[in-house]
Amino acid sequence: MDPECSRLLPALCAVLVDPRQAVADDTCLEKLLDWFRTVTEAGSSLLLLQENPCLVDLLSHVLDLKPQDVSPRVLSFSLRLAGTFAAQEDCFEYLQQGKLLLGLFGEAGPLSWAVWSVPTVRSGWIQGLKSLVQHPSGLHFLGDSGAVDALFSLQGDSSLFVASAASQLLVHVLALSMQGKAKGSPSPKGNAWPACAQKIVAHVEASLCSAAVLQVTQALNVLTTTFGRCHSPWTEVLWGQLSPLVAHLLESDPIPAAHSLVDLLLSVARSPVFASADCALWETMARMLSCLSPTQAGPLALGTLKLQHCPQALRSQAFAVLLQPLVCILRATAQAPGPPGLLDETVEGDSMTVDTLLSSKSACVGLLCQTLAHLEELQPLPQCPLPWPQTLLMEAVVIILRLCDGSAAPSSSEGRRLCGALAGCVRVQRAALGFLGMLSQGTSSWELVPQVFAILLETLESPASSPTVLKKAFQATLHWLLDTPKPPGCLGLGPHAPLFLRELFPVLQKRLCSPCWEVRDSALEFLTHLSACWGGEADFREALLASEVPKLTWQLLRDPESYVRASAVTTMGQLSSQGLQAASNSPGHSEVQQGLVGELLHILSVDSEGFPRRAVARVFTEWLRNSHADVARDTEWFVATVLQMVSQDLDWEVRAQGLELVQVFLAQTLGQPNPPCPYAVALPKVTPPSPLPEVLQTLCQMQIFDFAFRALFDCDRPVAQKACDLLLFLRDKTAPCSGLQEPGNSSDVASVEATLERWQAGEQGQPLGSLEPEVVLAALRSMDLEGLQGRLAESSDHVEKSPQSLLQDMLATVAVLEENVADCY
Amino acid sequence: YCLSGHPTLPCNILKFKSTTIMLDCGLDMTSALNFLPLPLVQSPRLCNLPGWSLKDGNAFLDKELKECSGHVFVDSVPEFCLPETELIDLSTVDVILISNYHCMMALPYITEHTGFTGTVYATEPTVQIGRLLMEELVNFIERVPKAQSAPLWKNKDIQRLLPSPLKDAVEVSTWRRCYSMQEVNSALSKIQLVGYSQKIELFGVVQVTPLSSGYALGSSNWIIQSHYEKVSYVSGSSLLTTHPQPMDQASLKNSDVLILTGLTQIPTANPDGMVGEFCSNLALTVRNGGNVLVPCYPSGVIYDLLECLYQYIDSAGLSSIPFYFISPVANSSLEFSQIFAEWLCHNKQSKVYLPEPPFPHAELIQTNKLKHYPSIHGDFSNDFRQPCVVFTGHPSLRFGDVVHFMELWGKSSLNTVIFTEPDFSYLEALAPYQPLAMKCIYCPIDTRLNFIQVSKLLKEVQPLHVVCPEQYTQPPPAQSHRMDLMIDCQPPPMSYRRAEVLALPFKRRYEKIEIMPELADSLVPMEIKPGISLATVSAVLHTKDNKHMLQPPPRPVQPASGKKRKRVSDDVPDCKVLKPLLSGSIPVEHFVQTLEKHGFSDIKVEDTAKGHIVLLQEAETLIQIEEDSTHIICDNDEMLRVRLRDLVLKFLQKF
Repeated sequence: MDPECSRLLPALCAVLVDPRQAVADDTCLEKLLDWFRTVTEAGSSLLLLQENPCLVDLLSHVLDLKPQDVSPRVLSFSLRLAGTFAAQEDCFEYLQQGKLLLGLFGEAGPLSWAVWSVPTVRSGWIQGLKSLVQHPSGLHFLGDSGAVDALFSLQGDSSLFVASAASQLLVHVLALSMQGKAKGSPSPKGNAWPACAQKIVAHVEASLCSAAVLQVTQALNVLTTTFGRCHSPWTEVLWGQLSPLVAHLLESDPIPAAHSLVDLLLSVARSPVFASADCALWETMARMLSCLSPTQAGPLALGTLKLQHCPQALRSQAFAVLLQPLVCILRATAQAPGPPGLLDETVEGDSMTVDTLLSSKSACVGLLCQTLAHLEELQPLPQCPLPWPQTLLMEAVVIILRLCDGSAAPSSSEGRRLCGALAGCVRVQRAALGFLGMLSQGTSSWELVPQVFAILLETLESPASSPTVLKKAFQATLHWLLDTPKPPGCLGLGPHAPLFLRELFPVLQKRLCSPCWEVRDSALEFLTHLSACWGGEADFREALLASEVPKLTWQLLRDPESYVRASAVTTMGQLSSQGLQAASNSPGHSEVQQGLVGELLHILSVDSEGFPRRAVARVFTEWLRNSHADVARDTEWFVATVLQMVSQDLDWEVRAQGLELVQVFLAQTLGQPNPPCPYAVALPKVTPPSPLPEVLQTLCQMQIFDFAFRALFDCDRPVAQKACDLLLFLRDKTAPCSGLQEPGNSSDVASVEATLERWQAGEQGQPLGSLEPEVVLAALRSMDLEGLQGRLAESSDHVEKSPQSLLQDMLATVAVLEENVADCY
Repeated sequence: YCLSGHPTLPCNILKFKSTTIMLDCGLDMTSALNFLPLPLVQSPRLCNLPGWSLKDGNAFLDKELKECSGHVFVDSVPEFCLPETELIDLSTVDVILISNYHCMMALPYITEHTGFTGTVYATEPTVQIGRLLMEELVNFIERVPKAQSAPLWKNKDIQRLLPSPLKDAVEVSTWRRCYSMQEVNSALSKIQLVGYSQKIELFGVVQVTPLSSGYALGSSNWIIQSHYEKVSYVSGSSLLTTHPQPMDQASLKNSDVLILTGLTQIPTANPDGMVGEFCSNLALTVRNGGNVLVPCYPSGVIYDLLECLYQYIDSAGLSSIPFYFISPVANSSLEFSQIFAEWLCHNKQSKVYLPEPPFPHAELIQTNKLKHYPSIHGDFSNDFRQPCVVFTGHPSLRFGDVVHFMELWGKSSLNTVIFTEPDFSYLEALAPYQPLAMKCIYCPIDTRLNFIQVSKLLKEVQPLHVVCPEQYTQPPPAQSHRMDLMIDCQPPPMSYRRAEVLALPFKRRYEKIEIMPELADSLVPMEIKPGISLATVSAVLHTKDNKHMLQPPPRPVQPASGKKRKRVSDDVPDCKVLKPLLSGSIPVEHFVQTLEKHGFSDIKVEDTAKGHIVLLQEAETLIQIEEDSTHIICDNDEMLRVRLRDLVLKFLQKF
């Protein structure tokens, strides 16, 4: 600890125990605690206490205070502080000598005080103990102080944080007490375990047999955490001892604490200790899958399927459970129930699933959303079950979407009731579209694709589709268009896409005119992605150019909603890059072609919102990178014009994007930056088209240096960092010029340096004036850019984060409070 | 009594507590779809349509019926299907309650031609806008005089031979031509204006109260209640936030019967989505240089559409496109909407205090973006610019300026007709214009309650019984699998259909009776239980104007005076001096002790099924004590009986 902090510490400790001086800010105490943790991790706590006796005084003062004077915050802080110190065994002994620890954590301590009713105090007590119990002495202390019993009762605390912390501490204590034992014999029997561990296990056993669901839940939570964290052999013994009790829970109806039970079984199954096949565990899981309600069984089925090692029979059962609701939907709507054999064993759960689906609208919606989300999560995983019933799933999703939009007409009474429950249900529609999009990645037979396109088109077309549904529908459509399966030997877009596109563009046209801005925005986003992928495909180009879409997109550049303007800018940028901005036979074609740069520059200079301006800056950078025709015509003019606008912009992202533009431009004129890593593949060097001095002259005329220097002292750090990198690149690239010519007039250099210093001080009013390349090079060389880069890399609050400043702040706050009190009198 | 088969244009009669109340007076105008359009400007196409002849070539109907693209239309002035007039004598109707301006269009037929002598109750906006709708209708039909009438096809034997839909048209005998302006004025003069929550007494027996229904300016639901029964009449209500005052649901609670009519006609269409569809299609058409025709009523949804367009046109780059509103009552409608501030939703009301016009169409008019004209003749033809958007009536496309625009724009695929009114099937409306090149978009905007909202409303309001048109008790025929598109409540709703009479499940249990003050003064209440007192009342029940009053009984007849002439009031039968009423029970043991105290001896008590018998053996007397009677049986010893009676009475309380 540095001397300044040691000097400030006594005053602060005095303030903390003074009941008249309340610490106003909790976060200060947290920061203080963090600091002490780093200090104790780095060195000896004992030494720290000996050098700073005020800390021990603080702890004993807290105990000496009258109960009504104790501030819960300070007490909680002191408990956690004491625990932090006592984590080291020598320091623990030291504190024990003064009976401080017993006073703080024993039965006569805060446990029996009135402030115990404040959750912060209880939480501090648990956390303090958790820090403390790191060594055998701590464990003994815990056993002797009676804290374990207190922890048992805290498991049911009214504050969820306290209850969860108590459970976790119990797991920690169990693991620690077994740690020493486990080293000797591989897995001693339960009755040979340390007393502390036996006590906890006995409590868990008793709770598992309890009739109160809350107690069962607590026991299950403790076990779930234990098997999740501890992977030593003794956990196997523990499971062997407790699994009959857990299995017994399955016999009750309804099963108590089903969610926690699912978590426990999955936690056990995931544990590497049980990697060798444990038949009993798999049997329990299989039983559980068959007797839980469909909603509860879903997470267990998903968890089972995600396991690395699991018997095939159980996996099949779990997958059948997961598919069950969709199979029921298909049956109720008289669709084919999927490939034979896959679902033979599911008849048992069928009626239960149907009951859930039909019991109420909310149950039906909840089960379907959950099922669809689970399947969506499962599909991309390596554990995804095979064979994946792509056809069944596609049919189910299509029929669900049809039930939602009311276009399905099932004849059975179940089907009709499902229709009533799902009609117009936006939640299910969203979930189904999300899953449908994911299904595009599977290998589906291409005969089914038209059905998918048809329902997607209907959803996109339907006036009843809400903006969020439309967004999902656009995403799913994009997936299907890009991943659409093609018959073998088919080139281009495949057989379905051109037909679909012809119907899609009129719908897109309508959506671009929607009064709801979210819809216009999603439609533009969709168009951008689609044209980015398919801009080169003749069928796509033809369909797009035959429609009004490019014209409408152009009009949306003037949309009143800034997000839409931004998306329209991106879309137009994309379309223009691929020569798709307007139909070639439309009358205003040439104006359109020429006017887009002007229109975007107009947005960049006058738009009042940041998003469209950022979008324009990004589009321009892309255009420059890809040598867009409009840019290539006069690149220097283009870059200079953009920089002039960007440098004045109030939005830092626009300024940063401007620097990106400069970077691209410089890479094109001066060559790529040197690879930072010596082993990287070296790119072929671009030879600058003109000699370096001329290039420098051009850069000066374009005022690139002016822009970069200004950005270097930008009040927003990312801009300054980027500018710094850029100037370093420029300095490296211009190094060959260094010996070329000395600056003609050294006073020019001095004047530039003086101006830059003023800029650094925040006075950016003065212009840099016209710069000569030599002057610029001299200024660049004289600047400590590396140092600046290092300083900028540090986070902006590194000064304020020092412990010294923290202590000063806390003391100053108290001083201000004191003044205020004086003012009052 | 159900007089109308159209659930959103209801006309029902409720007999309640000896009053006869007509609930709404809707006119089913869908019958007009069977007629040829009335063009403002001579249309060679319509004039040259071929006459229709029977399969056997018999052409006797060819003057009446014309054929167009496979459909047959009646070539005469359009006629409307009136409410049932035979089911009940309409001259006995005491009052008519109107819930909104769409539900009063049959009023002149009822008030002017049935001997009706009662009063009509409606809110002011309902009357004013209803007048506009009627005026527009009369104007549309009268300005295209057509001498021809077509009585032949209505003959039942002939009708059978006609193709659909004429063959299936119902109640054709009740179809009538439109009324005249004179009849409208006379009918409207019978209306008495009411305000929301105003209580109107009908003959002292029933109280009716209009409540805001949230559907249109001045639209109302009605509470019809006596002291102990309450009927709610819900007709055309909306829970959406549009321009009118929000719906008052709380007052509908505790109803014995809730009559539910006027739900949305397009339960599958969400009004928000439809407005979006409307705007998108409008913008697309106009941007492509086409014109948009919106057939609509001069009031109602048009206000909301104009408000949406007000917000939308700038964003869609349509600021330069002219909007025309053409109706004989366009000006009045736009102006009326701005002055009914108290009937508007809170947002719009607060604008009035700024002061700003509550509807933004005022600004559209000011900035010349919206122009309105009484008809296509006159100023409109000078100002007319294309592409443009035209709002005009009538939504049936059979009369009004819309006919002209259909003829004018129908041939170009650049133009679009957008149907927003849900009252008419758009395919049927378009039938006489086929073949049609212009695009047709159907986005019906019906803000009335849908079935989900109804089920929430019923859960909230919890009426004992729900009564509704039969159409609401089953899914729509076209979507028979949609079990969600019907009313689902417990007990199941009672349904009715046209020309059906339904007995409402009322139990008449209580009646309120007032007591005259002097009689009340004379009462001596006795507390039976804490908080409950009883008093005997002897009085004369006097009933007049359905009010019941207890008056003091006439005094006992004076001893005969010398006058022989009796006054009329003396006819009231004389009352005897009243004996007090007894209550209480006689504890047998205690009673025996009392008897012994008074010198009776040799007393025996026997228990019987109903009580006890006390035997006074010496006096050969027995006293039967039962729960509700006591008998003293002794032979010819009146003294003894009286003594015993007095002893019994000591144990009882007297009133």
